[in-house]
Amino acid sequence: MKFALVGNPNSGKTTLFNSLTGATAHVGNWPGVTVDKREGTYKKLKENISIVDLPGIYSLSPYTPEEVVSRNFIIDEKPDCVINIVDATNLERNLYLTTQLLEIDVPIIIALNMMDSVKKSGDEIDTKELAKNLAIPVCEISALKGDGIKELMEKAYEVAQTKRAGTTVLVHSDLGNLVKVTAEKLNDKQVSSPLFHAIKLIEEDSIEVSMHQDVLTEIEPLRATYTKNEFDGDFEGMVADARYKYITMHFNKIIKKANRNSNETTSDKIDKVLTHKIWGIPIFIVLMFIVFHLVFSEDLLFLNSLFGLEIRNSGWINFFTGMGYDGILEEAILNGEDAVLAGIPSLGVFLQSWMGWLTGSIIDLVRGWFANGGVDETWYAGLICDGLLTGIDSIFSFLPQILLLFLFISILEDSGYMARVAFIMDRAFRKFGLSGKAFIPLLMGFGCSVPAMMATKTLEDEKERDMTIRLAPFFSCGAKAPIWAMLATVVAGSFLGDIFVFSIYLLGIVIAILSALIIKAFSKKKDVPPFIMELPAYHMPQFKNLVAHLWEKLKHFLYKASTIITAAIILIWFLSNFEWAFWRGMVDDISESILADLGHVLQYVFYPLGWSMGSEGWKYTVASITGLIAKEDVVATMSQLGLEEGTIALSNAQIYAFAAYNLFTLPCFAAVATAKGESTKKGFLVTILWWLLASYVVSMVIYWIGYSFELFWWLGLIVVIILISLIIGLGFIVANKRKNKQEKRVA
Amino acid sequence: MTKMLNEMKPSESGTVKKIISEGKIKRRLYDMGVTPGASIIVKKLAPLGDPIEITIRGYELTLRKSEAECVEMEVNE
Repeated sequence: MKFALVGNPNSGKTTLFNSLTGATAHVGNWPGVTVDKREGTYKKLKENISIVDLPGIYSLSPYTPEEVVSRNFIIDEKPDCVINIVDATNLERNLYLTTQLLEIDVPIIIALNMMDSVKKSGDEIDTKELAKNLAIPVCEISALKGDGIKELMEKAYEVAQTKRAGTTVLVHSDLGNLVKVTAEKLNDKQVSSPLFHAIKLIEEDSIEVSMHQDVLTEIEPLRATYTKNEFDGDFEGMVADARYKYITMHFNKIIKKANRNSNETTSDKIDKVLTHKIWGIPIFIVLMFIVFHLVFSEDLLFLNSLFGLEIRNSGWINFFTGMGYDGILEEAILNGEDAVLAGIPSLGVFLQSWMGWLTGSIIDLVRGWFANGGVDETWYAGLICDGLLTGIDSIFSFLPQILLLFLFISILEDSGYMARVAFIMDRAFRKFGLSGKAFIPLLMGFGCSVPAMMATKTLEDEKERDMTIRLAPFFSCGAKAPIWAMLATVVAGSFLGDIFVFSIYLLGIVIAILSALIIKAFSKKKDVPPFIMELPAYHMPQFKNLVAHLWEKLKHFLYKASTIITAAIILIWFLSNFEWAFWRGMVDDISESILADLGHVLQYVFYPLGWSMGSEGWKYTVASITGLIAKEDVVATMSQLGLEEGTIALSNAQIYAFAAYNLFTLPCFAAVATAKGESTKKGFLVTILWWLLASYVVSMVIYWIGYSFELFWWLGLIVVIILISLIIGLGFIVANKRKNKQEKRVA
Repeated sequence: MTKMLNEMKPSESGTVKKIISEGKIKRRLYDMGVTPGASIIVKKLAPLGDPIEITIRGYELTLRKSEAECVEMEVNE
């Protein structure tokens, strides 16, 4: 048997799903859209029940992929029972969806959730009256505490054995006759759930109109008699109005509100602070800073910077700070010195060190086995140790921080704060074709692109999601920082180092904004997705939900890591360790490898970007390619090829262009794989192309500006002025075109 | 007094008279309970002045001013 869970967002649907299915839950995608499909099994009845968690929706209209997916599932796949989860604290709006579900010929049961908080507030809901009104069973539950769930499932099982014909609350309204006539016509056409289709057809729902054009024409004369009211023939409005009128009319009988001293709830009080006119934005910035601090800081609470806290190598402190395994301790002991740790590392850094120790130990162990067997020089030992394990190590060392960052964001999301962030930041982001919600993923990009891209799931609009994923790597991530740090030492006049690094971060943001504007100007669909959004009441995040959510993402990431990412790593290992005649065995030096040859060829592709010119240009090309495994590998490869401070012979312009190229080009494989999983198919292709294009163009422009400055300062100035006027000119042309179009539309 | 929703000030309240819009936005407003006769209290503006937050049918809803422009209100005196 198959049951479907349907309900509004924030109605506790996920909590109910998690407690019903437990460890059996798994996530997939609905075909064709990037909407999560959660499925699991409930095992506490006579037979196992497969549970499908439909996305949270407010209505069965045809406007969002979530709504279409839910609608098609209920109508086409005909679940044995629909469990409609209704938030009892928000009955009026939740029942709106229920009135639509009732119209489908499918057994339905209502799970009236959060009854505990209703009772706590002193309100009373007459469940029996509600069930009588809607003519379907209603079960009181608390998904959070697990109350009433067994009874709900037993009742649902009972209901699933029966058949149910659709009913509608519209029979009591002016539209009653029209609905009846239309449903009869559809019934004659052998349409199942005629009532549902009839009402959608009356609303001129795009999906229905394409299916039953003939019936629509037949009822046209009857429909025409309904135009003389305040809706001027807007049937969508009439139907929605009739539904809400019915709900409000019966609502008063069902619910008894307790007298309260003040209308202000706890949620209101929290909201007053968090979305305060002046303090709202600073509080948000501080909160985000705390999150980043806890994940990435090596000096927790700035104990070292502020108070000069240092930890010397006393066993347990090193153990608990995780730093003992970071090589610092061992190296110091070897040198007979004290290991000094500046401050205490944050949780994220601590976990990262531990993970590094774990993976490092495993590699050492395996290496030891091969050495004992005397086969450590063979290609397969190299494949396993240097290719596979080292590659996976470079990804896994980031895993704790990725997950921790994602966990914190999930907490913000689950508590209801994320909706407020969108509310606070929306104004600033709208200009770029994004909504306020896109801010969090983009900000997370500074930490790591992988959780940033995962966090785009909270964006409703697919296009906005694609765009946010596209821009996320432009916010320079933690793994790219070593590249900037190394290049900063080489930039002439090392006192410019910090300005150099700062300008790289700034460049990323500027190019991200420009990208958003350019893509927006070229996209065909101009309409901004509506930002009409519920601000759910604040509540404590549910530990169970967080763990389930994190586990889901971890599973997904591990799957990617074990397939596409590993394959890519092995390929690059092979290219950098073998010559074309690979049967002759591994090469001693990467400069003899296939990758070096590829570098020599690709060097010419990057010639216009400056940094690949000259006899050493291929090395930078190769370093950029190995950077696809993990961005800090750019530095590792460069030093392998003998490029370090003192041996890098690039001009400042070339260095800057090289940095820009690595900032904007394809991110690491882990991020590319995540982007693929979270974007639409077409969006992903555009994203890849955009990354390649942006890196090439920006790097080239920077090189030529820098180069002309290096020739003569006035030449550089002229080039910059020409470029700026070009950009402004283009902006004007685009703006004018749009204005003309708008005027045409108005005319 | 008749006003558009985007012109209403925080703590003003009123009743929805009419939705003047098309397609996605109109449908979304209806689905969220912004239908003629529904009473609305404007709670606050976002720190940057837009969007706005309202209370409708017992819950908090936020929408942009450009969307609130489509909602004709009868403001309570």
